[in-house]
This record gives sequence, C-alpha cells and structure tokens, in this order.
Amino acid sequence: MQAEPPAQGFRYIARKRRPKEDRRFVAGSGRYVADIALPGMVHVALVASPYPRARIIAIDAAAALALPGVKAVLTGDELARATDPLYSGLDIPQVRRYPLAVGMARYVGEWVAAVVAETRPVAEDAAELVQVEYEPLPHIGDPEAALAPDAPLVHPDHGSNVLYRRKFVWGPVEEDFAAAADRLSFRARWHRNSTVPVETFGVIANWNAATQLLEVWASIQMPKFPDQLARALRLPGNAVRVHFDVDVGGSYGVKRGIKHSVLVGFLSRQLGCPVRLIEDRLENMRGGDAHGPDRIFDVAIAFDKTGVIRSLRIRALDDVGAYAGRAPLQLGKPVGAIVGPYRIKSVEYEPISVTTNKTVQEAVRGFGQSPTNFAIETAMDLVARRLGMDRIELRRRNLLRHDEFPYTIPSGSTYDSGDYHTVLDKALAAADHGELLKRRDAARAAGKLAGIGVACCLEPSGGNSAFEPLFNPKNETTTWMESCQVKIDLNGAILAAMGTSSSGQGHETLTATVIGEILERDPDTIRVVHSDSLTALPSNSPVGSRMAIMLGGAAAGAARKLKATLVAIAAHNLGLPAEQLVYRDGSIAAATEPSRVLSWEQLVEIAHRKFHKLPPGTEPGLQAIHVWEVPTGGALPTPDGRVQMYPCYAFETHVVYAEIDRISGRVELKKYVVGHDCGVMINPDIVHGMTYGGIAHGIGAALYERFAYDANGQLVSGSFMDYLIPSSHEVPDIEIVDHCTPSPLTTFGQKGSGEAGYLGAPAAIASAVNDALAPLGLHTATLPMSMMQLGALLATKDDVTGETPVTEAER
Amino acid sequence: MKAVDFDYARPGSVGDACRLLAEAAGDGKIIAGGQTLVPLLAMRLARPALLVDVNRIPELQGIEESSDAVILRACTRQAVALADRAVRQRVPLLAKALGFVGHVQTRNRGTIGGSLANADPSAEIGVAALALGAEIEARSAAGDRRIAIADFFIGPMMTALEAAECLTSVRFPVWPGPGRIGTGFQEVSARRSDFAVAAVAVQLQLDGDGVCRRIALGIGGAGARPLSVEAAAARLRGSRLAAPDLAAAARIVRDAVEPDSDLHASADYRRRLAGALVERAVAEAAADALAGGA
Amino acid sequence: MSLHEITVTVNGREHRAQVPARLTLVDFLRDTLRLTGTHAGCEHGVCGACSILLDGRPMRSCLIFAVQAEGSAITTVEGLAPGPEGLSILQDSFWEMHALQCGFCTPGMLIAAHALLQETLSPSEEQIREAIGGNLCRCTGYKQIVDAVELAAERLRGANRPESEDGHAG
Repeated sequence: MQAEPPAQGFRYIARKRRPKEDRRFVAGSGRYVADIALPGMVHVALVASPYPRARIIAIDAAAALALPGVKAVLTGDELARATDPLYSGLDIPQVRRYPLAVGMARYVGEWVAAVVAETRPVAEDAAELVQVEYEPLPHIGDPEAALAPDAPLVHPDHGSNVLYRRKFVWGPVEEDFAAAADRLSFRARWHRNSTVPVETFGVIANWNAATQLLEVWASIQMPKFPDQLARALRLPGNAVRVHFDVDVGGSYGVKRGIKHSVLVGFLSRQLGCPVRLIEDRLENMRGGDAHGPDRIFDVAIAFDKTGVIRSLRIRALDDVGAYAGRAPLQLGKPVGAIVGPYRIKSVEYEPISVTTNKTVQEAVRGFGQSPTNFAIETAMDLVARRLGMDRIELRRRNLLRHDEFPYTIPSGSTYDSGDYHTVLDKALAAADHGELLKRRDAARAAGKLAGIGVACCLEPSGGNSAFEPLFNPKNETTTWMESCQVKIDLNGAILAAMGTSSSGQGHETLTATVIGEILERDPDTIRVVHSDSLTALPSNSPVGSRMAIMLGGAAAGAARKLKATLVAIAAHNLGLPAEQLVYRDGSIAAATEPSRVLSWEQLVEIAHRKFHKLPPGTEPGLQAIHVWEVPTGGALPTPDGRVQMYPCYAFETHVVYAEIDRISGRVELKKYVVGHDCGVMINPDIVHGMTYGGIAHGIGAALYERFAYDANGQLVSGSFMDYLIPSSHEVPDIEIVDHCTPSPLTTFGQKGSGEAGYLGAPAAIASAVNDALAPLGLHTATLPMSMMQLGALLATKDDVTGETPVTEAER
Repeated sequence: MKAVDFDYARPGSVGDACRLLAEAAGDGKIIAGGQTLVPLLAMRLARPALLVDVNRIPELQGIEESSDAVILRACTRQAVALADRAVRQRVPLLAKALGFVGHVQTRNRGTIGGSLANADPSAEIGVAALALGAEIEARSAAGDRRIAIADFFIGPMMTALEAAECLTSVRFPVWPGPGRIGTGFQEVSARRSDFAVAAVAVQLQLDGDGVCRRIALGIGGAGARPLSVEAAAARLRGSRLAAPDLAAAARIVRDAVEPDSDLHASADYRRRLAGALVERAVAEAAADALAGGA
Repeated sequence: MSLHEITVTVNGREHRAQVPARLTLVDFLRDTLRLTGTHAGCEHGVCGACSILLDGRPMRSCLIFAVQAEGSAITTVEGLAPGPEGLSILQDSFWEMHALQCGFCTPGMLIAAHALLQETLSPSEEQIREAIGGNLCRCTGYKQIVDAVELAAERLRGANRPESEDGHAG
C-alpha cells in the first residue's frame, strides 16, 4: 500500500495541536490521587516481611494499637477471611494471592500487616511497633534452580514452581533446522527492571454505608479494575464507583494496584471512613508488585549461506516473582510478533513462567515484546557476524517487503501493513549512515571503542485478549472493546465521555481531534471527560497501545452517528435526500442551492427543542454511543496455539552510534535516530513525545536499570539511589523520522504508538555496544549493559601486566 | 518515608550548638544542607533524638581570603563556593570538583562543611580537599582545634570529629607561583552526577621546561577513605609526565589501593578505575598547566 | 512531638503555622497549605518532582523540614503564572512544545527551567540539560522539554519590553 502524506487528507488529524491536557499540568493543577483530601481520611502504612520465605507464626499488634492516633492493624488472616483471592489469568487455583500475606511470607517486602492511623507518619511509627514472629525457611531466588524437583516451593499447594509451560511449534521447525546450511544458538538475559513511574501507586477508598457504595480514586491503569475489585470485596459490580478522572502520574502498564485497592476497600468498609494508601518509594520498589520481565532467552536460529533465515527457536524462561500477577500472560503477547518483521517460515516458542521468592511482576510497556525483540535482533546480529555479512544487508534480505502485506506469520497473526525497507532507508539516511561509519572508524583509529547499532522491531498494537484463552483455555475471553459517548448540548457544545483513566497519553486530545475531524468542529471546543465506572461504557483501558485505534474508532463511530442524525434532520427540514446535501463545518446546505442552509445552531435547536421538526422515529436530543470490538479479534486460538494477537503493527528502525570508555565500560550514546511508522498519527506531538519517552525507557533497560537481589533474597536496588533512572544527561538528543503506512483496519489508518521507542531501543543499543566490542572479539547479551559489566568484560582483554593503554586522545 | 520524630533546635552560635550536642550525649545530629542526612532520616536509617540546625549561625557563613589560603566557613553552600571568584581563581581544583557534585538543587542547599563531615569516601569535595592539603577547623566545649585533612577521614562516613564537635571552617592553601599550575578532576559514575564510583583530583605545577615540580593527588572511591598515594606523586615529581610516567604512577596506585566491592562496582573494577583516572587526571592537569592554568 | 511556629512566605503570601519538626517542606506545602502542584516522587532527594524556589534558588523540598524554612520566601509552580487565568511564557512554551505527558514531574521541571532562565536567556542545550539534570521524567525522554526551554528563552529574548522579574507572558 502506498504511503500518502497524511496531513493532506485531514483537517485536524495529523496536524500540530496543543494537547488540551497540558494546560492544567503546566499550571500545577493536575489532580492526582495524593492531592485528594477527604474529611476524616485515615492513612495506611505497611508492615513488610524481612525474609524472602518464612512462615508467619504470630502477629502482635498491641504496642502498635496503643500508639495515639492508630485506628487499626489488619493481618492477612483477617483479610483473607473477608475477601476473595485476587484474579489470576491462569488456571492455577492453588496459587492464591491476597493483599496481605497469609500464613507465609513469600518475598522480602511482601506486605504482612497494614496499619491505619490518623496520619501517615504515625502509621509508619506504629508499623515499626508491630511484632511479627517468623520462621525463616530456605528460599529460591534463581529461576533455573526453581525448576529443579527439589527446589523450595513458593506455593507448596501448587506442587511446583512452574505456573505455565508450553511448547508451541508452528511449521516444520525440526526439518528446517536440519535442512539449513548453518545454525547458531545463544543465551540472552534480560534482567528484571520496570517502568517505575515518578508517581507511585496510590488509592483512596470510601465506603458510604448510607448509599452502600464504595467510592474509589486511584492512580490506575488497568482493564477490569472495578470488576476485579468488586469481586474480591464480594460486592456487586454496581456497588463500586471508580473515579476515572484522577490524573495518573505515569504508568506504562504497571499501575494495576489491585491488592492496594482491595486492602483499602476492605478497611474503609470496616472503619467507616475514607482510607488512603499512597506507596512511598520504598514500599513501591519492594512491595508494590510492579516489577517487569526477568527473562532468560535460549535462542537457536537456522539460516542459509546467503543470510536467509530459515527457522527460529526461542525458549523464554521468565521469573515472575512470588505470585502470578500479569507476568505469565506477558509471555503470551509476543506470540503475535514472534518472528519480528522478518520472513521466517517456522518457529518454535517455549514460554516458561516460574515463581521465585521475589517481588511480583506486573504488565510492563509492550507486554513482553521489548525483551523478545532484543532476543530476535541479537540473533540477527550474531548471524551477520557468523556469515561475515553486513547486519543491515542481512536485515534487508529478511525483512518483509511492502507488497507482501497482509502477511500471516507462523503463529497465526497477520501483520496488517508495512513498508519496512522504506523506514529502514529513511532512518539510515537521517542518521547519515555513511558519515556515521566514517565517524566510527575514525574513533576506532584513535583508539576508542565505537559502534553503530541497528534494530528493526515491531510494535504490535491495538490490544486484544487473545493471550488469555491462549494461556488458559478455561478462559474463553474474546471480547476486547472500547466505547465512547458523544453529546451535543442545547447550546451546541460537544461533550465526549471516555470510560477509563489516562496517564499521559493525551486521550482527551485524541478523542476531541477525532470527533472534530468528523463533525468538522474545532477540537479545542470539544470537551472530553472521564466517566466513572458506574456511568462508563465498556472499556478495556489504555493497554497494548490500543487507544488511538480503539478509542479513536469509538469516538469516530459515535461522531458519525451524530453526523448522520444531523444530516437526517437537515434532509427532513430541507425536503431533500441526504445525497443532495453538503455538510460543512457543522452546517448543512442544499448542494445546488447553498442559500438553503441549516446552521449548526439551528440543527441543534431542532434536535433538542423542536420535536415537531424531527424526522419521525428520531430520538430527541443529540447523543450517540459507539461500542466496538477490536478489529480481527473475537476468535479463540487454534489447538496448536495459533492466534491473531493484535490487529495492527507499527514498525520502528533505530540507528544508534555509541562510544564505550575502555576502562570504565561507560556507554555514551552520541547519536540516536529512529524511523517510525505507526500509520496515521492523530496528534504528531503526542506520538513523538511517547516515542522519545519510550526510547528513554529503553535506554534505562539497556544500560542502567535493574532490580538486583542478593544471595539472601534482599532487593539491593530498592531506592532511586541504586535503581538508576536515566536523566537528561543519559538520554541523548533523538531524531525521529516518520513514515506512514496506514492500517486498513482502522478508521483513519492509525496504528497504536504508546509503546514506541521502548520496543526497539534496548535491541538497538545492544547492537551498538556489540559493534563497538566486536574488534576485541567480545560480545554481551545481558541487559543491563552496566558500566561494571562492560568494564569487567573489557578487562579480560587487558594484557598481563594490567597496564592500561593511554590513548592519544586522553594524553 | 517519614522520619522518626525528633526534637529540633536552631542555635545562634557554634558554642550553643556544641552545648546542645553535648547534652544530647551522642543522640544529637547536626543538620546543615541535609542533602545526605535527610534521606537517611526519611528511610529511618538515622534516628537522632535531636537535630541541631546550624544553617543560620553567623560564624559559619562566608568565604575569606588570606595571603596564602582561601577559608570557607562550614555552611558555605556548594553553589556559592562554585561561583565564588576567590575559589575559582585561587583554588581552581575545588571549583572543578564542585562542578561534579550533585545537581543544581543539591548544590544550592548542600554545604562544604556538611559534605566533608559526611565523609563519603568518593565525595568530590573530600577528594579535592585531600589533594589540596586542606585544614579543618572544629570547635567543641573543649575549645578550637585544627585537623589536617590527612588525619580527618577515618573510614567510610567516619571522621575525626567528636560527637559534640562542630566543623566550623575549611582552610584551602593556595599554591604560590612561579610556575604554571594546572588542575585535573576525573570521575566515573553510572549516571552523570551520581555518587562517584571513583574520583581523582590532581593539582600540579610545571616549571619553565615543562617538568613537574609539584603535584598532589586525591583518590576517592578506591578504599575506606580518600587516599593521596604519595608514592605515585613522588614518581611523577621531577618527570615530564610522559606516557610511561603516567602508566607507572597508575601501576603504583593500583597496587596501593584496597577497594571494597558492592552492588555498583567490584574491588577489581575500582582498582582499575583508580589507576586509569590518575592517568587521565594528571594528563588533564598537565594540559591545563600548559594552556595557562590558573 | 515538638511543634514549632513558623512564618513563611509562599508565592508572595505570608503563612503562619504550627508544624511538627519532622514535617518536610513538601508535605507542608501540599498537606498544610493545600498547594498540591509540588509533588513527592521519592522522598529521598533524587527525582526532583518536589523542586521549589527557596529565596530564589531551586531546591528539593523533600530534603528540607518546614521548620527550617522559617522566614524564607518560597515559590512553587502555582506562583509562576501571572494570575489565575494566565500562564508564564515558560509555562506556555511547555504547552506549545508538549514538554510533558503525565504532568507529574512538570512542576519541578518548570521550577528548574525558570531558575535557569533567571540566570541566562541564551542557554545552550548542555546548560538546559544540566539545569534539569536533577529532575527525572519517565514520559518525555527530555527532548520536548529542552525544546520548550529553548522556545521560552527565545521568546523572552525577543520580548519587546523591559523584562519583568519572572518573565510573565504579557
């Protein structure tokens, strides 16, 4: 499909527009959960386990309760009697998870008791006074050791540490490996890190006994949050009202806070007042259960002498921590792009989800695609190295061509559209690859370690639930919808309602722009509000890079219905069929007689006030809802696990130039270009912003961030002093060069883009680092490529005396 | 992360501060800039019963000059010292080191005295102070005393200061001419402005023939306290600071230091870094001297 | 618990309060004065979301106790705009360049950038990155923030009137 310059076809879409959300944030007028103060509100602090695995013998709260200002101390036993276990996406009934540990603490930092007091400082004082008697037990910290039959069991009732394991074989993998000219295998390690937003998770719950309604304000980004909360609290769904108009200070997947919310929901009902829990940073890092993928990839790849890839085997062992969380399903999403952007005809994928005594994982930006892309791109670079072939040329040979779309990969997912070669060319041109090679070679001649990295990665977008039935056949969920309601009021102002929260993605702007496009009204005049869970239409939250597609489509659908109503009103009142009318800027005129016109105001008047002028059968007023299922969704997986994972596939090519300090191993990113194709961008500034941010995230994962555990199961990087988030010094200037291959499946040709940048940056940076190390014959496939890791690797190449060469540049 | 409750006093004189500390009998802590203390309080790792706020004590404010030294009173903000003309012109190594300390926000509040009293083994101000042969002035109920910097740092986060003693000023000697003076400061940290994994401060003086007549080193992050490794300085003194001289000095440094391992850096790594940074810092200082230096 | 009486000026308005010694300045601003624009992201002095101006200089309010701020003049993000309806040139530039997404780090960024522009109206990219080097952002990758500060500087340089102290948009 030819890419067209998108802005030419649109009036508001794809054009620069100030995001409406920004106005309140630059004024310091955002409303985050910690900004909300309710009369009589009390505060929670947690008592956390100091052991990675221990039996809880007794909890003595007497001293804590005696402290003035303390209202209550809640234990896991009491909470488990009154609530149902938290939902898990797998069929693992013996792995029960509650907000507070029950009988056994399973990781350092697990919440064992909750203290409620008039102020947070007093709650913390009291938490120190709660005496817990533990019986420490041997713990399991290594995911491979967790597979051994004699390993300590995190959940003895479950019988093993494996939560999920399956080997998918799509196509003749064994034959293709045997027939290929060559093959290689390697291990890649993606150490545990996460998105770690600057705002921690927080929630306020207020049970109103008079109305029998639980009000909830939370920093939330989670599908089915109100439903799961209600279920766990044994309340009907319509007894819980979650306010989605709370501003969320970043999430990128992890703010699911279901255990926090069940905890405060229960406490509020018990105490009869509003209860607030705002994680402090230590609670967040250790006990917030928001860690990310922690994977060991064992990869084998088969190829011809010409570099054509024949087959691929990936075994992904993921250490999910002490409970299921969302992590196991995070092994499933990559099925939808398991061969990356390449023409690989057979593939074997073996995901293994294993528990250890560590903090629990949550869904992280990309839902497992970024680590998988890292594994795939590492494979490609190693193949190129083996063949002595240029890495870019190898990719060209294997990238799907633009005339091959739609293309179905062996795992059953169809890629909707793309023009990978053009994006690659654009990125290389923008990076001035030829000059970059000269720059690299000149640096090397001066004794430096310098490398260029290239990564071609997919961003599956649109989200659907296909990994749920894939990983748990008992869960036949195939609905993954989004909704929007649009109204035009008596004064002609447009209002839209979305049924979920936002955490910086610009949904209000997105929605207003789409509606404005269709109704030809200025998006700045369109207000978008967030419904609460009682008034909201069905939604699945902003996950899986889905909102541009799904909320955009829902808003467009509702707007179209309103437009049709307006046209019908005009047709009826002008006495002309719709085909003879022209709609312009909200007014409708006879095509042949422009003076016969009904203005926006007149149409609105008729709809709201002049029933006698409405076409028969028309509902009064101007309101429309649109609820729709994700395109290509709605089907269960095949018995061999083939499934259409997500509808749309955005594509990115990163070109990175890096230099590495020979002694310290410190990586400096000196040039960063990304070619990005996410179809039509509804708001370019918003899309670019998320791409820059995604790359910054990827830089963190590639070079700096790690949740590290010691031999005693203690998290040793549990504060911002040791968990290193990139600052403005670590993120270079980034150039984005856009391309547009519209999706045939969406309203405007848009694809999702919330995960852009993050999905390819770690792979690209690893590619650059390894290119820099290649002249020394060194290679690393372990992230993060910290200073110390590379320093130690480089030290293996020092000569016997340990003398360090001083280069000309350093003299 | 709310601190354990404490009593708070804001005395108007150093004498009062010392008296309060003495009365607290070891359970009192001075708060100056608070950039290192308050995080410890927030994490409940520090739990003093009394916080003695010295920020407004007049005797602890200001920068003075004498003919052969620049004296910074203890509560001089790092940002103020960094911008001070006397510091920049007469103690350029300190100004250079300050550029590596924390961020804009932390330098506006953190103090010279506070950083030295905190005694992080890789802290830039301490490393520069050691290289410069600074002198600490302190007061207690027993009176005033001077502590040579070489005797000041005892171990990680441990100094020669007594429990009820207050650091009042730091005296930085100024190197006299003739001869071209150059400074070098090199550090390695995971991210820019993180605490240094290793840091080296160098000040040297070349004669008219380019021979190094005077040199002082300070090495941080490679042991329990900053080190000067006189043997390495001796090796470089009288040389032209050519590549073999630097390499030899690096070797001496690597053999002399005894670093620890932790999450961010192994002992071997710190050892290698110490040697390499000495070479780089000396090279930087030599180039600085040749270019005109201070 | 020791209580102390303090008088502080915040955004030009004097406040008198009784505060516990251990109450941090960020908690005082947010919970006592209900100026919730300043945010607490880490409470141990790394993320910078709590940045305010104290006597004109940017500092981390999570590392200062309210009692220590006695007699000081503090500016928070709420004090940057010229009035309830307007935005400063810097704030408006942030909006124009979409220098934010979730908005949580934004008040701290604005304070840091504001302080920079008080010192120079021609900051280099390096100077801008240094000025915001102590403010972590997880959303933007910093690029659009740098662009916004450059735009604000350009607009302030070109403003055809004597520069007001805080560079308010006209």
